[in-house]
Amino acid sequence: MQDIKHLLSRISFGPQPGEVERIQQVGGDKHLDEQLHPDRIDDHSADERLAAFPSIRMSTSEIINKYPKPQQFARRMKVNTADPDSRRRIREMLRDKGMQPPEQVLQDLQSQRLVRAVYSRRQLQEVMTDFWLNHFNIYWNKNADRWLTTSYEMHAIRPHVLGKFKDLLMATAKSPAMLFYLDNHLSSATKGINENYGRELMELHTLGVDGGYTQRDVQEVARAFTGWSINRPEMSGEFMFRPRIHDNREKVVLGHRIDAGGGVRDGEEVIDILSKHPSTAHFISTKLVRRFVADDPPPGLVQHVSGVFQKTDGDIREMMHAIITSNEFNSPAVAGAKTKTPFEYAASAIRSLNGETDGGRQVTQAIGRMGQPLYQCQPPSGYPDRGEHWMSSGAVLERLNFAVALSANKIPGTSVQFDDPVKTVVARLGSPEFQKR
Amino acid sequence: MAISRRYFLKSGAVALAGCAATPSFLVRTALAQENRAPGKDHPIIIAIFQRGAADGISMVVPFGDRYYAAARPQIAIPEPMRGADERAIDLDGFFGLHPSLSSLKPIYDQGHLAIVHAAGSPDTTRSHFDAQDYMESGAPGNKGVSDGWLNRYLQVSPEPDASAFRAVALTPALPRSLAGPAAAVSMQRVASFGIHGGKASPELEEMFADLYKDTFDAVKTLRSATQQQYTPTAGVQYPNTPFAQSLQQIAQLIKSNVGVEVAFAEVNGWDTHANQGSSRGRLANDLKSFGDALAALYRDLGDQMRNVVIVTMTEFGRAMRQNGSGGTDHGHASCLFVAGGPVKGGKVYGRWPGLAPEQLYEGRDLALTTDFRNVFSEILVKHMRTPDTARVFPNFKPAAGLQIL
Repeated sequence: MQDIKHLLSRISFGPQPGEVERIQQVGGDKHLDEQLHPDRIDDHSADERLAAFPSIRMSTSEIINKYPKPQQFARRMKVNTADPDSRRRIREMLRDKGMQPPEQVLQDLQSQRLVRAVYSRRQLQEVMTDFWLNHFNIYWNKNADRWLTTSYEMHAIRPHVLGKFKDLLMATAKSPAMLFYLDNHLSSATKGINENYGRELMELHTLGVDGGYTQRDVQEVARAFTGWSINRPEMSGEFMFRPRIHDNREKVVLGHRIDAGGGVRDGEEVIDILSKHPSTAHFISTKLVRRFVADDPPPGLVQHVSGVFQKTDGDIREMMHAIITSNEFNSPAVAGAKTKTPFEYAASAIRSLNGETDGGRQVTQAIGRMGQPLYQCQPPSGYPDRGEHWMSSGAVLERLNFAVALSANKIPGTSVQFDDPVKTVVARLGSPEFQKR
Repeated sequence: MAISRRYFLKSGAVALAGCAATPSFLVRTALAQENRAPGKDHPIIIAIFQRGAADGISMVVPFGDRYYAAARPQIAIPEPMRGADERAIDLDGFFGLHPSLSSLKPIYDQGHLAIVHAAGSPDTTRSHFDAQDYMESGAPGNKGVSDGWLNRYLQVSPEPDASAFRAVALTPALPRSLAGPAAAVSMQRVASFGIHGGKASPELEEMFADLYKDTFDAVKTLRSATQQQYTPTAGVQYPNTPFAQSLQQIAQLIKSNVGVEVAFAEVNGWDTHANQGSSRGRLANDLKSFGDALAALYRDLGDQMRNVVIVTMTEFGRAMRQNGSGGTDHGHASCLFVAGGPVKGGKVYGRWPGLAPEQLYEGRDLALTTDFRNVFSEILVKHMRTPDTARVFPNFKPAAGLQIL
């Protein structure tokens, strides 16, 4: 592990001034080991900054109460929403009651993501959170997901980012946010199934599109998940199994028979089948290697990591260790070969200038303009992890304008300090090299 | 960048462009005079992708098929009835437009909107990602094709000294359709396409111009052409949606004579697995803003539409029967729209395969009778004057043309 700059470009949101030298003293291997065990890293100073975003510590029902649906609130308060001033009046009434509109929940989520990316000492954990949130993408703007997404990130994703893949998969399968986003809460044995979750579970979350499932498997899996639902999505938003709408007959999934009468265990069995399937090991390894090594993953390394997945029961920490210590990762050919996403670009720019940011609206909107509005990717595939996707002419200009605004301290809520002439800093942040990691 | 003679020529012509009161035929493009034979107009194609698999049998309703309504008890669009709203709009006694697409009906009646039904990709995948990828690469079933079909069109019709805006997408990222070695720009907002560094802007642009050459060529071209405020043709109002805004900006760029030949826009949200509604509801609302945006573009371009063909596409259609949640799961064929001056419209093209159980693909979906590449090929050959589409659509022999153009 010689190239510390390369290591930091992949397992963190970019080096801070002096960090490469500091870790050179510690040693790359030791630093990697620390990062693979985030719980052992004291992170209280980053945690203190998170106090500014109260909704991220709330339960779904608290969020529903404190950030109510504007129409419902208006009805309750008997405000006529047709009146042009009503929006302002509703905002004032909310404020008087200590409430806020749901958009604030999204802002808190975006802000905490950037603040953690910039300040958390558990950098790899943040990178993994970014990876898995994109892998198990959901769309904040889809109705009830405005109130369900926070709990999804905090309870389904974050605890498992370096754990066992199966636990992560199960947590997402039982999360109201995912059940709502992919319509599974509506899938019913009595009214008819909804194939949306069954298909994406195999295509996007586990086996991959060429992983060997058929249309018949999609339907069988959808039947297995009938009844996986949400208890009052807009009141409490907790997972709930509804036996009455569950299809209790026998299923055959990918050649495995699931006996009749299994109830909620049917879906759990499917998760088990999928998480043990060799196609899943291959697909997840491919995506991890693409993220951490190169847009075109070296096949030998994918195979090796896939073997680690199968030997360790899908232990993500072990897979990550295998990737980062591999010859492929440490080959000079892949250094600087990955294009930063807009989120990585913004975070790394602020980190590189010892910046101070509150993660506020202006800076998160700039990330959106560069092409990656956080939590707002509509298709279930998430954002593509390939360089060419991010470097269209419009996006390049947005990046350069971000570099200009940041260096001139023109982004409210975010400030940077440096000794060089401004032009030198703009040139560095805008350079093709700084778009890479 | 040295400003070529062409740009000077163009900037002479653009002073009038974008000014709604000037009939566009008075603003003869410098391009047309330079690059094309005298009297020949410069053909333009506008490609629109409905991402998420739009329900073709709701957009263009086969009310004459006796199996249609029974398969969709809650979400079928009622058959046309004279003087009644919220029902399909009769096109030919068998097909009807979704009532939300009513603004397209006049274009159909004028003979400038054609519909191709039971069309799409012959590949049988029901994956959004793969199906979009295949349609945009123009090579269904072949994952080894790295460039997009529109980019290959640019490659086989090279234009020396082409404008930086020869191919433009109004999208956050360059779409797969335009990916490849030929230059193409993408942007979300024409108005903010540049460096915003106050007084330092020219110096900053200078600094980055060589590093991001295509981008800054486009910035310079645009600056020499556009006005600050774009006003659509009198009476035209675009809906307030991101998609409509992209179409409005395509109109703006075309009218600014910056040399647009290929334009691309996309509209998301067609993945209607749940509660899609019928004449009212989610899909109806989305179709309303979609149809209104297309009609606005058509009217905004006015007589320039004689050089323009608009083609819509979607990766696949949806299952014929509604699912358990008032929506539709992934299907096979859908329909696409082709509009413009050169189009022989006022007709629904393509063989209708029927909706009887034995006529459905895999017993569940509208079967496919027209490969999307036949439609695209015909547009490229007859409208864009591409001599040979074999390089655009590898391993594909176009069938006898539908004669849409």
